[in-house]
Amino acid sequence: MSRLDFTDVTVRFGSGRGAIVAVDGATLSVPEGRIVGLVGESGSGKSTLARAAVGLVPLHSGAIALDGQPIPRHGPRRLQMVFQDPNSSLDPRMTVEESIGEVARFPANRAERRAEVARLLDLVHLDQSHATAYPAQLSGGQRQRVALARALAGRPDVIIADEITSSLDVSIQGTVLNLVRELQAELGLSMLFISHNLAVVRYVASLVAVMYRGQIVEHGPTEAVLGHPDHPYTRRLLAAIPTRSQRKPTP
Amino acid sequence: MPARLPRPGRPAGGRSRRVLHALRTPIGATAAAMMALVALTAIVAPILWTDRANAHETASILAGPSAEHWIGTDAAGRDLFFRVLVATRLSVLLALGSTGIAVGIGLLLGTAPVLVGGWVSRAVTWFVGIAVAFPGFLLALFFAVIFGAGQTAAAFAIGLAGAPTFARLCQTLTGGIMNRDYVAAARIGGVSKLRLLTRHILPNIAEPLIVNATIGAGGVLLSFAGLSFLGLGVSAPAYDWGRLMYEGLSGIYIHPVAALAPGLAVMIAGMAFNLVGESAARALGLAALGELVPTHRLRRPAPLAAPMGSDEPDDGAVLRVRDLTVAFPTPAGPIHPVRGISFAVPAGGAVGLVGESGSGKSLTALAVAQLIEAPGEVGASELTFAGEAILGGDPRAHRHLLGTSLAMVFQDPMTSLNPTMRIGWQLAEVVREHGGASRQEGWERAVERLSAVRIADAPRRAHAYPHEFSGGMRQRAMIGMGVMGSPRLIIADEPTTALDVTVQEQVLDLLGSIRAADGVALLLISHDVSVVATVCDRVLVMYAGRIVEELAVDRLYGGARHPYTRLLVAAVPDMDTDLATPLPTIPGRPAPVSAIAQGCAFAARCPLADAVCRETDPEMVDDGRGSRVACWHAGEPFPDDAVPTVAVPVAVPQGESRGNAGGFAAADAGAAGAADCPVAGSPLAGSPTPTPEGGSA
Repeated sequence: MSRLDFTDVTVRFGSGRGAIVAVDGATLSVPEGRIVGLVGESGSGKSTLARAAVGLVPLHSGAIALDGQPIPRHGPRRLQMVFQDPNSSLDPRMTVEESIGEVARFPANRAERRAEVARLLDLVHLDQSHATAYPAQLSGGQRQRVALARALAGRPDVIIADEITSSLDVSIQGTVLNLVRELQAELGLSMLFISHNLAVVRYVASLVAVMYRGQIVEHGPTEAVLGHPDHPYTRRLLAAIPTRSQRKPTP
Repeated sequence: MPARLPRPGRPAGGRSRRVLHALRTPIGATAAAMMALVALTAIVAPILWTDRANAHETASILAGPSAEHWIGTDAAGRDLFFRVLVATRLSVLLALGSTGIAVGIGLLLGTAPVLVGGWVSRAVTWFVGIAVAFPGFLLALFFAVIFGAGQTAAAFAIGLAGAPTFARLCQTLTGGIMNRDYVAAARIGGVSKLRLLTRHILPNIAEPLIVNATIGAGGVLLSFAGLSFLGLGVSAPAYDWGRLMYEGLSGIYIHPVAALAPGLAVMIAGMAFNLVGESAARALGLAALGELVPTHRLRRPAPLAAPMGSDEPDDGAVLRVRDLTVAFPTPAGPIHPVRGISFAVPAGGAVGLVGESGSGKSLTALAVAQLIEAPGEVGASELTFAGEAILGGDPRAHRHLLGTSLAMVFQDPMTSLNPTMRIGWQLAEVVREHGGASRQEGWERAVERLSAVRIADAPRRAHAYPHEFSGGMRQRAMIGMGVMGSPRLIIADEPTTALDVTVQEQVLDLLGSIRAADGVALLLISHDVSVVATVCDRVLVMYAGRIVEELAVDRLYGGARHPYTRLLVAAVPDMDTDLATPLPTIPGRPAPVSAIAQGCAFAARCPLADAVCRETDPEMVDDGRGSRVACWHAGEPFPDDAVPTVAVPVAVPQGESRGNAGGFAAADAGAAGAADCPVAGSPLAGSPTPTPEGGSA
């Protein structure tokens, strides 16, 4: 596992005067073996930053480096991404085994590939019998685990998780969050964990960065940032969380 | 939701079922019969009747219809009936060949941008754009002149002429697939472009492409007949239908049938292709609707639930629901996503409805608002809104009442607002439709309501279109639309699920203040317990189409008695969640509405379940303190002696990974309950709070 550095990254859509600056000089590090939570409202540039890291959107300026090296634009990436909606991130016409096996990097033959898929399914706590299932036959939580297994199949150095629990039911969200923590502990994963849910980020991430209008406005250890927020936007975010103690008096 | 039912078998199995279903529709059956007729003729006729079709009878040249020659003979005395039949094979083969050429070239051009990027891809797109603008038949004529006469040349001419249309179709379809996350995931995973094309794109565009090609083949058949008719296609001694028409034309005034018969054949074959394509398209479209195929006539289900705990009519309730059921027909028989629920929303009160997806909460809302469309059926022993029974009776009167007194707010305001209409006019339409207000009055009311839902600078913003609003503003505008009249009840279905926390807070705040200011009652539906807890007084917890617990909101944390409610509350992490332990989770997956087992529907996932739970569905019991619960073990502490998972740093329940697609077998249930106790080591397990009245129910 290794470290991922964003240095003064700017992403613009369009050109000239009408250009939209989605990410505006963001600097952020994901240290080796740590989970960094990235929070912010929709449209703040979180997902754009993630897509820039895996080469799905081009940079306008700045640099993204893995262990100090630029990330190759073609071929197998050392960086993998898990998407928000497992319904659209798995090909409906491919079995679980085919989806995972396609990305698996090292197996040389069919038997090795099968063994690798079995290992990965085991890692995300899916039964081996699911290898031949199609996504339509799985629940949302199971699909998201397949998506995680596929990301792990590329033997990545860093994983980017983009709102991976947002489309799941709360009862299933817990199993995926537990899995993320477990994988981090077992494999020493470095991960950029994007979410708009502060409670979720607090639960999985040891470091947190707050993004607002394309800029990283605050970052640091989760406890410090959420316990003693400096930036007004972070304070507003924290105040907005519905908690059992903040119940408004009934009119 | 019925649309999310697990589909048994691999998708291909679903496809063959769809084909079978398509065959049962009138159009599908006609299409299949005509296609079979054309195919059979094409195969058999040349074998059986070539000799008779080519036999010259000098005695009867250009004869009219007779018993011997059903539609007469041509200038060489050959029997026209058999010539039309024999011509089927060549005509159909040429049409298929041309279609194949068109689709092949179209696929190459249409998917080229995937393989080659940069300016080549832009050039191809540009070229296709221009080529598609040329009329197809003119293009075919142009190519036919270049290639010269003859059937191969004609096949290429028509194929090339049809290619731009298919290229454009492939471009559009491919573009749609390229935007999917699974393509992005494959690219990140280092999958080569060629493999991307063959494994991800082609299989996913194949269905619409084949449907369009089939319909296209009908058109090509016609074009081919046209070319042959002009003498540019098939030339003697070979003959297709166009050639026969060409030969028949000279004698059309003496002998019209000679030209009309091959024309009729072209029509029949062309229709066969078109109808097959159409019914295939329709069958595929049906599948997208979640296979809600009405094959059984529904019988109204008997109320499945026990009657409501308290029988006294609570006066002042704006909405009273008793034994509400919602049923949908499926090929395997009717399913009941809502199975007899009873509740009331007091005037000015706020009631929350929580549950996992598929629990039936949204359908309950739709049923109350009379928005369940056929073939879905709503039943209830009582459904009273604002003192008026709204089930049965005159639908028009109900529509007026519901239109003026009930407001619905949905999850995604972008799909609920008309994108081509200014926000202000959309709001004004509500009072103009139901209140008979003038244009001016409507607009003024709209601006006033928009400022009431805290849209800054409402007089100017009312002129905006929905896309010019942010997500939170759209949702507030939707709420503003809801309060254009003077509603007695607002039903909000996951109104904040698509919104950020800060915006969510504003929207919930707004709902609260509208309720306070105008005394409007609120039925808030959410999968997130914390959202409901912020706004509501009372909470209904729904599982597998039934309400399993109703309680006051201040008892939700700590005072809930149904195991499902307790697990649901504990599963949501908040800012105080213990970081040292794994999150409590509910093992297994929600019981599918299509196969609800005997006994309590939650038994398979419940840590307290025993033999009684799996035998008998518990009835709703009122505890006399304003709470109702349906559970044999209400309020009992979860077993904390079952600890196989505690020693492991992070426990992941095995239930879901074991889950079989068809639901839980009874044997499975015991294991899920005892061995994988989901709450072992969680804050809930050792908690002394939840059970003051343990076991009393």
